[in-house]
Parts: sequence; C-alpha cells; structure tokens
Amino acid sequence: MNLAAVLTPLPVLIPTLGAALTMVAGRRPRLQRAITLAALSVVVGVCATLVYLTDRDGTLVLNVGGWGQTVGGMGPLGITLVVDRLSALMLVVSSIVLLAVVFYAIGQGIRDGDERQPVSIFLPTYLVLSAGVCTAFLAGDLFNLFVGFEVLLSASFVLLTIGASEDRVRAGISYVMVSMVSSLVFLFGIALVYAATGTLNLAELAVRLDGVTDGTRSALFAVLLVAFGIKAAVFPLSTWLPDSYPTAPAPVTAVFAGLLTKVGVYAIIRAHSLLFPEGGLDPLLLVAALLTMLIGILGAIAQSDIKRLLSFTLVSHIGYMVFGIALSSELGMSGAIYYVAHHIVVQTTLFLVVGLIERQAGASTLQRLGGLAATSPLLAFVFVVPALNLGGIPPFSGFIGKVALLEAGAQEGSALAWILVGGGVLTSLLTLYVVVRVWTKAFWRAREDAPEGHLSGAAPSVLLDEPEDIQFVDRDHVGRMPFGMLAPTGALIVVGLTLTVMAGPIFAYSERAANQVLDRDQYISAVLGSAE
Amino acid sequence: MTSYLVPLMLIGGLMSTGVYLLLERTLTRMLLGLLLIGNGVNLLILSVGGPSGNPPVRGRTSDGQTATADPLAQGMILTAIVITMGIAAFVLALAYRSYRLTTAEDVGLDPEDIRVSQMAADGGLEEARPAPEPSRDTDLPDELDALPGLEGSR
Repeated sequence: MNLAAVLTPLPVLIPTLGAALTMVAGRRPRLQRAITLAALSVVVGVCATLVYLTDRDGTLVLNVGGWGQTVGGMGPLGITLVVDRLSALMLVVSSIVLLAVVFYAIGQGIRDGDERQPVSIFLPTYLVLSAGVCTAFLAGDLFNLFVGFEVLLSASFVLLTIGASEDRVRAGISYVMVSMVSSLVFLFGIALVYAATGTLNLAELAVRLDGVTDGTRSALFAVLLVAFGIKAAVFPLSTWLPDSYPTAPAPVTAVFAGLLTKVGVYAIIRAHSLLFPEGGLDPLLLVAALLTMLIGILGAIAQSDIKRLLSFTLVSHIGYMVFGIALSSELGMSGAIYYVAHHIVVQTTLFLVVGLIERQAGASTLQRLGGLAATSPLLAFVFVVPALNLGGIPPFSGFIGKVALLEAGAQEGSALAWILVGGGVLTSLLTLYVVVRVWTKAFWRAREDAPEGHLSGAAPSVLLDEPEDIQFVDRDHVGRMPFGMLAPTGALIVVGLTLTVMAGPIFAYSERAANQVLDRDQYISAVLGSAE
Repeated sequence: MTSYLVPLMLIGGLMSTGVYLLLERTLTRMLLGLLLIGNGVNLLILSVGGPSGNPPVRGRTSDGQTATADPLAQGMILTAIVITMGIAAFVLALAYRSYRLTTAEDVGLDPEDIRVSQMAADGGLEEARPAPEPSRDTDLPDELDALPGLEGSR
C-alpha cells in the first residue's frame, strides 16, 4: 500500500462523502459551507500531490477493489483508475477552479442573503458535480468515463434549473435533452466498441483495436466523436451551449463554462491519442475546429448579453483545442493541453466577473450597462486582465497557448493547417474586438447613453432568477463588492497570471504530458503490466 | 459471433421511433423518444454481449446451458437503466414545472435568439441610434466608439 494508491481515488471519494454529509447537514448552512470548503480544499491538495507523483514516477494505476489482472493475464476485471500527467494537470486545475467558484458562491450567499434561497441543495449538488468531473478525468475505462459524465450531467441539470423559474426551465429542458442524446450516443458507441473488441478498458482497447479493420475503427471513432463533440460543444454540435448556460446563476455558469466542455475535450484527447491514433478523421476535425472558432466568435459579436457573449467565445475557443488535437503532433498536443488549462481558468474568471458586474450594476446586458470604469475601477481591473488574457494579448497565457498552437500548425505545413493558422489569428483578433466592445460599452460610456440604461434588476440575486425590472435610480445601493466574491476572482486571476509567469515550467510540463499521452505503449504497459 | 436479425430489427425500430419522437417540441414526446432510444441501446448492449447462458453466479445453472452469459453486458445495462430512470423522473418534474409556469409543455424559443434575429432583420446589430446632436461635446469618453459621421449621436 503506497501513497499513490491511497491518493488516486480521493478526488472522487472526498466530494462524494462531502455531498452526503452536506445533505445530512441540510438545515445548518454554516456547517454545510465548512464541509464543502474543507472537502474541496483537501481535493486541491490531493490533486497537487498527484501532479508531483505522476511527474516523478510516471503513470499511476489503481485497480479498485483489487480486481486487476488475473494470473492468466485476463485484462483488469474491475474499475481501473489511471492518472497520468494529463489527468493530473486537468485534476489540479479543475479542483482549483471548483474551490474558487464555491468560495465565490458562498461569499455571495453570505452577503446577499440566503434566507429566501434554496441553498440547502446547492452545495451537495455542487460536490456531486465535482466528483463527476474527477471521475471522468480518472477513468481508465470507457464505461467509467460514461458514468463520470452521467454523474456530472445529473448534477448540472439540478444546478442549471435551480429555483425553476420560467427561463431556467426552458433552458433546462433543451440542455437536458441535448445532454441525454449525447450520453445515449456515447452509450451506443460503447456498445459498438464492446461488440468489436469485447473489452472497455482503455489500455486493452488500445491493443485490441489494432486488430480491427480500418473502416470499423473509423466508424467507432466517429460515433464516439459525436458524443464527445456534443459535450465539448464543437461546431455543428455546439448550438445548445449559448442557449442554456447564460440563464444559470453566475457561479454555476462559471463552473460549467470552465469545466464541463473541457471534460469533453479531455475525452476527445484520450480517444484520439490512445484508441484511434492513426488520425484518419484528422481533416474532418480540423475543419470542425476552424468552423467552431469562426462561427463561435461571429456569434459572440452579435450578442449584447455579456453572459451569452462569453458563452459564444467559449464555443469559439474550443476550436483552438480541437485544432491542437487534430494536428496529431507533440507540439500541437502540448499546445492544446496548455490551452485547456489556460482556458479553464480564464473563462471561469470572466464569468465570475460578470457575476460581480450583475451584482454591482443590476444588469448583464450591454443594452443597460455603462460607466462601470468610473463607478468601480477595481471591477474594471478584474475584468480587463482576464479579458485581455482571453483575447491573447502578448504577456498573457492566452498568447503563449495560441503561439504554440499556431507554431504547431505551421510545423504541420499542409494547406489545411495553414488555413487553420489564419483562422486562429482571425479568431484571436475578433475575440479582442468582442472584449473591447464590452469594455467600451459597459465600462467607458456613461450609463445614460445605454439604450436601456435607466432600467436595472431589482436586487442582487444569488441563486434564484428574479427578472424584476426597476428604474436604475430607484435601485438600492448594493455597497462595495463583497470580499467573499472578490477574493476568489482575484485568486483565479493570479492563477491565470501564474500560467504566464511560470510559463516555462508549466509548458515544459504540458510537453511532457503530451509526450506521455502520445506514447501509447507507456500507458498500455502501465495498466496491463501491473499484474500482481 | 452470430448475431440475430430480430433483435437488431427491434433495435432499429426503437431507435428510429425514438429519434422521430425526440424531434417533436412537446416535452412528453421528447421524453418518450429518449426512453425508446435508451431501451434500444440497452438491447444493443445485450445482443452484442454474446449468446445467452448460465447466470454469471458461481454454481448456478439454467436449463441445460453450457456457457455462462456475459455479466459485464448485464452490469452495464443495469447502470444505464438506473441512469435513464433517474433522468426521466427529473424530466417529468421539469415538464410539470414548465406546465405550471406556462400552461403549455412545448419547448419555447429562446428570447435572446428572437431578439438578435429581429435586430438582424431590422438592418443592424447595433442598438438603435438616436438622431445626431451636433451641439454635444464629442470628446466625452462614450464617443470613442462612435462611428465616423455619427459622433454626437448619443
């Protein structure tokens, strides 16, 4: 029994136990909050240790319950949890984001009143979501990945429709339906993979799929790609996202935007590099990446609600990651991995900032906002740093990730890759245009100049959706930004800046992770060679 | 591996009916479609799991079978059934809530989508600009994003 075997299941176990405890403590909000914060803090610590351990010792494998390989060499019989550098990096970034967002939600709840709000269900569901995300990153077999997806999706259904107002129910219905279709397509893919190979363990699949004919392999990959593509919001399958995310409460949108699509991207990375490494569908993926980038960002230009606008940039930037994956080169993969980490942090930060804007100014649409730079320079600062980071302005991590991806595209050298490089630059410029548009409208112009600037939401709302409009002048002064909301936003900005300041070591880590991801033999021998 | 035609046809039927129902706008029909597709996929897992046989419990036999049935397929179906059932319950709750709120169970259009498409139809995505007002000071910060020729319009 070594340290790694103890730590590996903890990112799933701790939030699950925490969810149970917070359910029991449903009537005691302070205890609930303490349990949640403690659980997620411990998870951050565990994940950081896992990063260190995987980087030092290589891939960690745990056969849960000891149901590993039999003496006769039959593949792992039970659930296998695998942590390699990629999983560990995703785990640590996700756990930091999860902790920061829950801190924000709690801070908002304490300041703006919990009495009327159905919070007793919020924290347990949030912990279940965390457990689902961690399960997906740890899963060593396809079915466990499916279960991880289902756990996080079920939790996200509840979080998205919290309070069950008319808007949220409408958004929730389409979200539930689209998510379930993607899950069923995934399950369908699992059935087909099982029919073709007789196993679902990723390492065993990697071995056995080599013996399957090319046509069947492409068909299997295509089915899985549709399922993961819906989750990751890759272009033809992305239209559900901007319709459903913006209606949710700010912290919920933040965590969805940061993590849920990235779980899909992670699944695509795994399937692409481990199961189907020959890259037969790469041209298709490249075209999808290009369209995702361009159509996403063009959608963002048309929006006036900042939450919707950011949802469209989220879709658009998924294209960069798919671009890196589809290049099938080490540089492309390491760029994609770095970009995933960067994007999780920066996108979450921006949604948290929108939550602050909504609280301070009573609106999140550009039709109503104005003059924020004068009323709150601090708010302007916390907006502009992640916004420029998203736009890819040089010192920030967004620039580093994009340069790596563009370099990888240039290295590939095919006509399609060059078109993608051009599309990537254009998308980056348009992203900058979009955030600058928010900046000039919401922060620089006077509020009286906004077409509906005289209107405002009634009072800061934590989790419930209360679309009650009053005159802006009648709105009670909400006071300064609460420390509990500002601190986690600031912390995430610092994390985003760390990705820049420490870019050397972190990018070197993501290169090692990419190297490991592309080296299938290493994964296979780590899982199948561990018979005891 | 032998595969039998009848289960496959049944799966195809369930799937296609499910897809048809899922494309409706009424929530109950969508839910029924979801359930049909779910059952179709479960049947598919069962039929790819190999032929029938003894229950996968040590020492139990069934009706002179020689082989043992695939326990993994059964386990997966069980998990999938439980998940689908939970989600179905949640969708029913959503449908009821939606009916209470709107007295209809059709899925409505997204208001923000409607607004954007209306703006596009009206000829521009920018919000309506008031008539130019040349007397105003155009050096105010809010004019920095004004289009050429429209300075002083706010």
